[in-house]
Amino acid sequence: MDFQISDLSLLAPHMVVTGTALLVLLVEAFRPGKGRSDATYLSILGLLVAAGLTLKQFGAPASTGFAGMLIADGYAAFFNMVAYVVGILTLLVSDSYFRSEEYEHGEFHALMLMSLVGMMLMSGSNHLMLMFLALETMSISIYAMAGYMRTKEGTESSFKYFLLGGASSAFMLYGIALLYASCGTTSLTGMVEYFSTLPSLSDSPMALAGIALVAAGFCFKIAAFPFHVWTPDVYQGAPTSVTAFMATGVKAAAFAAFFRIFVVAFPIASGAWTSAFWVLAVATMTMGNFAALAQRDVKRMLAYSSIAHAGYLLIGMVTATSEAGTGMLFYLISYVFMNIGAFGIVIMLGKKGEDRTTLEDYAGVGFKKPLLGAALTIFMFSMAGIPPTAGFIGKFLIFKAAVHEGYIWLAVLGVLNSAASVYYYLRVLVYMYFRESESESGDVIRTSPLSILAAAISVIAILVLGIAPGYLVQIAEAATAAF
Amino acid sequence: MVENFVPVLILFLLAAAFGLGTVAISSLLGPKRPTKVKQETYECGMVVDPPAYRPFHVKYYLIAMAFVVFDVEVVFLYPWAVKFKQLGLFGLVEMLVFIFILLVGYAYIWKKGVLEWE
Repeated sequence: MDFQISDLSLLAPHMVVTGTALLVLLVEAFRPGKGRSDATYLSILGLLVAAGLTLKQFGAPASTGFAGMLIADGYAAFFNMVAYVVGILTLLVSDSYFRSEEYEHGEFHALMLMSLVGMMLMSGSNHLMLMFLALETMSISIYAMAGYMRTKEGTESSFKYFLLGGASSAFMLYGIALLYASCGTTSLTGMVEYFSTLPSLSDSPMALAGIALVAAGFCFKIAAFPFHVWTPDVYQGAPTSVTAFMATGVKAAAFAAFFRIFVVAFPIASGAWTSAFWVLAVATMTMGNFAALAQRDVKRMLAYSSIAHAGYLLIGMVTATSEAGTGMLFYLISYVFMNIGAFGIVIMLGKKGEDRTTLEDYAGVGFKKPLLGAALTIFMFSMAGIPPTAGFIGKFLIFKAAVHEGYIWLAVLGVLNSAASVYYYLRVLVYMYFRESESESGDVIRTSPLSILAAAISVIAILVLGIAPGYLVQIAEAATAAF
Repeated sequence: MVENFVPVLILFLLAAAFGLGTVAISSLLGPKRPTKVKQETYECGMVVDPPAYRPFHVKYYLIAMAFVVFDVEVVFLYPWAVKFKQLGLFGLVEMLVFIFILLVGYAYIWKKGVLEWE
């Protein structure tokens, strides 16, 4: 066992987040705080400390530790930052939500922080076993979070996610076993060495089957067609802030591991998987967008839209260059802001025991609550990819990378899909500004300084990234330069 | 390579044949005189009452879950103890971290009243 104490420095941010989770759990047990936000502040503090530690990893040369299992490079640091942003924004939008639903428990914060540790390890895993363990750490916490509010829908959502997630983990583990059987190792470095001795992959059909099964496992987590069936039910039934967390955090972490593993370890099979992902990307965006057109429920509409976003991101997987990686990183961080921001507004418009997420509930809200309406407008514009928002830049970077690699038709289909998506994103705005309100919706909203802060951060981030994306693009380029 | 496993296969087949064969022979040759008592789930001992299809108290699940967690902890401790010398200081620290995390969980369930049987 070659272990150096210096390896622990790679794990410092993870240890801080784990420690915060344990501390929150103890505080909850010994000083249960109804009506206070101790757990929220404590968790945010922990995430900020971890972010400070991660900052040092930017620009530093990539280093591996724990017998090559964990890698700390700009790419992992970037996704760790994404995880902190997801965590902090989710905590901010959860605060008033769980207070009004009378579900303030520190267990939620502890579960979320443990799930974040899993996400952070996924982006830094250089070994399929670590990746799988991290994936399970992330997922098991989320199964519990989905059923955190003991409603009928929440329990159903949690159970569905658990059963299908378990099945997808089995697929992935089987794939890893087949890869181990053919390569004799599950470390990415070791697999690269093994594949470099093969003249072509047709000499190892078992490895090809393994790669396909691993891809199926990832496609489940990112909700890509045809592994997306669970998404609408699970996203609709889970508490809204958990939906925001699942839609952004899980997708970001799964794409982080997906991209690293396929681009680093399986370039030999790229001929096979690029054509498969080509079909998956087109099917995922088209299916997500067309199903979203038919939705009357905003939460369900956002669930289908998240499937469509997975499709756009899969274009980056097809292209699989560092330029595409830059686009995916930028897209994912802007997706985090616009999605959690939008779900934050959905939370504000509900009241205790009644989420009020149908389109009719949004009628006239734009005039009753002008600031809230303006924020939701910006989130919808960004999701549709309309300039000057971050969503536009993200799509632009991904499509540009695809065109550079000659995937012109893929980019064209992506653009056509975004055009179709404008319809259902703007329909929310039509209801908000051009429909008379028939109910008391929007008269009372549940807000707190923290949830307003979350919306403000998201709006500012989307506009800043949309108008002046240069700085973040440079960071993302540096993070993916190695691929 | 594969032929090394032939004895294992033969053993496997013999074991299966013995198991299945005894049951088959006794069901073919044995006399069958069923009575009410013989049809019970447990032919001897207490009369089974009431039927097992009924809700159990949620406490059983909590205790069972806590048991599984700490049982698995012990399962990990055994191989660690056997390999303690080779693992050295790293193994000691690693196991202390593991036990500490479970200890936090123990404090949590204790304080939450999972261990109280009322």
